[in-house]
Amino acid sequence: MISLTGISRVFTVGDEQVYGLRDVDLEITTGEYVSIMGPSGSGKSTLLNMIGLLDKADSGRYLLEGEDMTGLDDSRQADLRRHKIGFIFQFFHLVPRMSAAENIELPMILAGLPSSERKKRVQGAIEAFGLTNRARHRPDELSGGQRQRVAIARATIMRPHILLADEPTGNLDRVSGKEVIDILEDLNRQQITLLMVTHDPELGRRAKRQIHMVDGRIESDVAQGPFREKEPKKNHEAN
Amino acid sequence: MLIRDICRLSFSALVDQRLRSFLTILGIAVGIASVVLLTSIGEGVQRFAVAEFTQFGTNLIGINPGKATTLGTSGAIINNVRPLSIADEEALRRIPGVINTVSVLQGNGPVEFAKRSRRTTILGVGPSAADVWQIKVVKGRFLPEDDSQAARSFVVLGSRVKKELFRDANPLGQIIRVAGERYRVVGVMESKGQMLGFDLDDAVYIPTVRAMSLFNQQSLMEIDILYRSGLQSKTIAEKVRKMLKSIHGAEDFTITTQEEMLQVLGSVLGVLTLAVGGLGGISLLVGGVGIITIMTIAVNERTPEIGLLRAIGADRGQILLLFIGEAVVLAGIGGMLGLLVGAGTAWILGELVPGLPTYTPWSYALYAELMAAGIGLLAGVLPARHAAGLNPVDAIRAE
Ligand SMILES: Nc1ncnc2c1ncn2[C@@H]1O[C@H](COP(=O)(O)OP(=O)(O)O)[C@@H](O)[C@H]1O
Ligand SMILES: [Mg+2]
Repeated sequence: MISLTGISRVFTVGDEQVYGLRDVDLEITTGEYVSIMGPSGSGKSTLLNMIGLLDKADSGRYLLEGEDMTGLDDSRQADLRRHKIGFIFQFFHLVPRMSAAENIELPMILAGLPSSERKKRVQGAIEAFGLTNRARHRPDELSGGQRQRVAIARATIMRPHILLADEPTGNLDRVSGKEVIDILEDLNRQQITLLMVTHDPELGRRAKRQIHMVDGRIESDVAQGPFREKEPKKNHEAN
Repeated sequence: MLIRDICRLSFSALVDQRLRSFLTILGIAVGIASVVLLTSIGEGVQRFAVAEFTQFGTNLIGINPGKATTLGTSGAIINNVRPLSIADEEALRRIPGVINTVSVLQGNGPVEFAKRSRRTTILGVGPSAADVWQIKVVKGRFLPEDDSQAARSFVVLGSRVKKELFRDANPLGQIIRVAGERYRVVGVMESKGQMLGFDLDDAVYIPTVRAMSLFNQQSLMEIDILYRSGLQSKTIAEKVRKMLKSIHGAEDFTITTQEEMLQVLGSVLGVLTLAVGGLGGISLLVGGVGIITIMTIAVNERTPEIGLLRAIGADRGQILLLFIGEAVVLAGIGGMLGLLVGAGTAWILGELVPGLPTYTPWSYALYAELMAAGIGLLAGVLPARHAAGLNPVDAIRAE
């Protein structure tokens, strides 16, 4: 469903050209659980942003569910982000003046869903993510783990096919981190495609497919871990 | 996105930034209030002046001896000017469309009754003056329709003169001396107050011929013509001009229509109102620049929020819409507040300061509101456009 061919992204910093991605090829099928690892600055976030239609490649071809994403106009891009893609960030990115429930409701407001439907879904999400007595609280009254759960609820409220998580536990203690991972893996078991960037090798190994990036390139792409349903794609060297 | 949601989101953002919103609203409100207040004063003065001019009726044409190119004719006369006579007046009265005429001659002199005396304006007028000028007689009656060449020596008193000479006593039928001559009082006029500095109450009215001999004048100072309403003042003025020219053999008189006077007055005062309103407009603009600055800072601070909204599915148009929503709410509240304060202050001023008539012209208020809306939109849209144009990734990272 996600197909990248020869994707490059070049940033111009001053007079210099910095490569975010160099000639990346990647195929991801529906329902996969992929972890992306690699040193800082290796292009993990750039890759995720590219897939999430927050950023555009300078060259190469990107097909999402068979549709060509190169040269899409802004409103169609936004539409796809709204309906097919959920984003989770290291720093949560909740709107500080809105309550947990209001943050979760936000994507549905942008999508123009009727109020009754919104209320119903928010209520469901709040219960599902264990936020029942936190719904009226603002982000600054929530713990890190609770904030990330609100963010996950927000990312999934439009029932996307793809969940992109950029170091979702990077700002959490072990226990909350584990909770968040459990939630994400649970969602993945319900057929959502999960791409997760992480620094933590232990977490990375939980994914059935592990991608290792160095300097804007995919260094290794290995299938292993608890589920062994798929053949490894490229070279088998462990990280 | 539903309009109700846009409003709700905008409103919550504004409440969150109370101080900033308050300052913005204040800026717009002050600008609007000053525009409304200043134009209220300008318009009030204008209306007051027009009312002063028209209180003697609107379908009036005045004729003065002497030719002048501008309004203020001095009767100060060029040598070869023929006098305006009562015969002229009677000829003019026969012009179709003319309802009535009044001949006027004005002078000063002492008026005496018993031991009391007062120096006052003596107006020699025709018997229809009360009708044409729309001044009511409160006691007795106005000067009778005598033979205009040999009118009886009757006098009608202005309210002030009556008070000075007779206090509360009944003046009707009494004989008073006007500039030394004996006159019988037949009526008392209502109080009309001042008109452009001229006190009509401090005057007595005697027949024109009597005034001419009293002041030893050959010419009238003015003939006022009342014409049928619905007729064009120009048409009547033209007929008057033709007739007088044929009698006098030359155009040695000046015709002033009420309409012309009102036009000149109106345009002078209109410019005044405009200038004053412009001053208010400048303060609105200055406020607007401040608002743009504040909004730019606000939008910049919220760049990560904008990036986040983009990430969860907002397109550029929606980002713009949200910020326009905020600007509209700000401008709307500020505008209404300014309107209330401006119109309220104008009203209070008008009530408390007797010499300062005020009237709030709603067209100006509307312009001011439109201007506020424009400034609000500009102030919101300019920074929001920038924000909406940002790369979502850059926007999210801008922390
Ligand atoms: N907006 C940007 N402007 C300039 N350089 C950027 C930008 N975003 C990323 N880069 C550069 O691209 C490279 C990859 O960045 P990133 O994808 O954020 O790395 P990672 O997430 O793996 O730490 C880095 O060298 C980074 O400096
Ligand atoms: Mg990163």
